[in-house]
Amino acid sequence: MARIAGIDLPKNKRGEIALTYIFGIGRSTAQYILDKASIHYDKKAVEWNDEEQTAIRNIINSEFKVEGQLRSEVQMNIKRLMDIACYRGLRHRKGLPLRGQRTRTNSRTRKGKRRTVAGKKKAPKK
Amino acid sequence: MARSIKKGPYVDAKLDRKVAAVTEGKAKKGVIKTWSRRSTITPDFVGQTFAVHNGNKFIPVYVTEYMVGHKLGEFAPTRNFKGHSGSKQ
Repeated sequence: MARIAGIDLPKNKRGEIALTYIFGIGRSTAQYILDKASIHYDKKAVEWNDEEQTAIRNIINSEFKVEGQLRSEVQMNIKRLMDIACYRGLRHRKGLPLRGQRTRTNSRTRKGKRRTVAGKKKAPKK
Repeated sequence: MARSIKKGPYVDAKLDRKVAAVTEGKAKKGVIKTWSRRSTITPDFVGQTFAVHNGNKFIPVYVTEYMVGHKLGEFAPTRNFKGHSGSKQ
């Protein structure tokens, strides 16, 4: 089993896809890494030998921020927005979308499950 | 390179003059009143207090170095939603 960037055990998938199981690595980054390590995209993660694994590890360590470090960076950026009390920060605090989307309907990803408001009239039957 | 980066930060000329006057010591320190919400905060603005118009009144904004790169208007909300009538909390 290939164990890269700490906790990740990408399973029996093509190398290009397996690498995307690491937080912070998508398709294009995965391809870039494999190109640089000169490994074929189709080679499965389990088939990588030790040399190839260390090559991948070195590339990730030296060039990319992944997993915990990246997550904390994202959190720090959000915290910064909230601390300076700018518009985006306020929207983060309220759990509403930041980029000017409508909130009259939809935005359920940010707002979470519907909370029914008591006393709100239903639409009259026709 | 994004087009907006190529073009550089936008600061209203009038506001820029006011800030320059304070930093060069020609004008006394104090609150700079402005309607120019669209101006980007540049490093020169740090440490100044601006009174940014929100369409109704002026909101005091003390600029810290973390705010550089944002616009003044981001710190003076134009809508003030206090909750629906009859809802708790």
